[in-house]
Amino acid sequence: MSSVAVIDYGMGNLRSVAKALEHVGHGASVRVTYDPGLIRRSDRVVFPGVGALRDCVAELQRLGLDEVIRDCARNKPFLGICLGMQGLLDHSDENGGADGLGIFAGQVRGFADTLQDPVSGARLKVPHMGWSRVRQTRPHPLWEGIAQDSRFYFVHSYYAAPANPAEVAGITHYGHDFAAAVARDNVFAVQFHPEKSQQAGLTLLGNFMAWNGRA
Amino acid sequence: MGLAKRIIPCLDVDKGRVVKGVKFVGIRDAGNPVEIAKRYDEQGADELVFLDITASHEGRDTMAQVVAEVAGQVFIPLTVGGGIRTTQDIRRMLNAGADKIAINTAAVNRPEFVREAAERFGAQCIVVAVDAKRVGGEGEPPRWEVFTHGGRKSTGLDVVAWVKRMVEYGAGEILLTSMDRDGTRDGFDLALTRAVSDAVNVPVIASGGVGNLGHLVDGIKEGGADAVLAASIFHFGEYTVEQAKRHLAAHGIEVRLPSDERAPR
Repeated sequence: MSSVAVIDYGMGNLRSVAKALEHVGHGASVRVTYDPGLIRRSDRVVFPGVGALRDCVAELQRLGLDEVIRDCARNKPFLGICLGMQGLLDHSDENGGADGLGIFAGQVRGFADTLQDPVSGARLKVPHMGWSRVRQTRPHPLWEGIAQDSRFYFVHSYYAAPANPAEVAGITHYGHDFAAAVARDNVFAVQFHPEKSQQAGLTLLGNFMAWNGRA
Repeated sequence: MGLAKRIIPCLDVDKGRVVKGVKFVGIRDAGNPVEIAKRYDEQGADELVFLDITASHEGRDTMAQVVAEVAGQVFIPLTVGGGIRTTQDIRRMLNAGADKIAINTAAVNRPEFVREAAERFGAQCIVVAVDAKRVGGEGEPPRWEVFTHGGRKSTGLDVVAWVKRMVEYGAGEILLTSMDRDGTRDGFDLALTRAVSDAVNVPVIASGGVGNLGHLVDGIKEGGADAVLAASIFHFGEYTVEQAKRHLAAHGIEVRLPSDERAPR
């Protein structure tokens, strides 16, 4: 039986992610765990999370999970969600600066307090909370069956700014364009919450559960 | 392409059953929260709010079970409120599958609770619910006061000052209910909605008074709300969530219409 590990490092509500994976997983075993051995033995890995990046990386290091994540991101289908996407970059501006895992080159930046809609001039609230469109910038197995510009559910005040444009797989506009999805080889990571994005999100998670890790 | 304005049906739950009678066609068990949640999800609801109006402690265990059951079948954000007083209460609901927790009376009783909750669980999951009532006499500029206990108990707190303070403490969203309009079907208190929406930089959900689809448009356009919450117009089957969204779209408001997104490339 196929298995997926949802990495539990004590930040955020992982129950939603696990429930959605169970819903689309065709009987796959879904393990919410911080056990490095169990994570390494799983067929695929989901790295979720909400909160601050500095706390996230500190917890990963304390639990010995940073190396596990680096290894899994090299050799099996790997999905980062929200903070789990931001944590894959080099560095974040959050709280005066924090290092990420450096799996993708680039920075994590905050939305400005003075964020405005460039067309209407209207003030945009931070966090960016709610349903925004995602423009798929290139085909990918995880986009299969999801209409171009579908809406996904976002909740975040920081966003990833990857250094390599070729690693961006989707963009969203909130005051300005930002990377809603990055992808390279067997790794895919999204800023939005597929587990809370109804049909479009479930389709993406179902694609992930069927993905062989080849782009 | 911007952020969609959200439509959020609200379910009052007592001892695990939806009350205030849901009456739409095709529901076998009108009191079953899971069936109703699934129906709203199919109609395109952007989120769901569950308010636990159970008085007893045992009833709260039932609420956690309801949330767990809904969360296993409905994959949109779920907010749970009513009787949340401790970080233990929050943890229990999050573990059951809630995404956001609405805090009302407990915030008034001890504002630091909001700060503690936001630090522990993240601002994104802490919604501060505010029940507002207009005070002051004729001819004076409008002013609103925070009330608790369903609008019966005055707190002396000014609503605009209160929401600013709550955001400073870490509230990620404000659920604003006009107690003057709640249940009247006369529409939102638009001046109140506008005052609060302009005062804070986090999303504001307008609630209380929706009687028709035009009220939803007003709440967003005139009130400046980021999301609109309604109960009776959806429960009684007068309108579906999708009809409400199409009405907003026809008035130039950006909404998520799942039925338009289903077609694969």
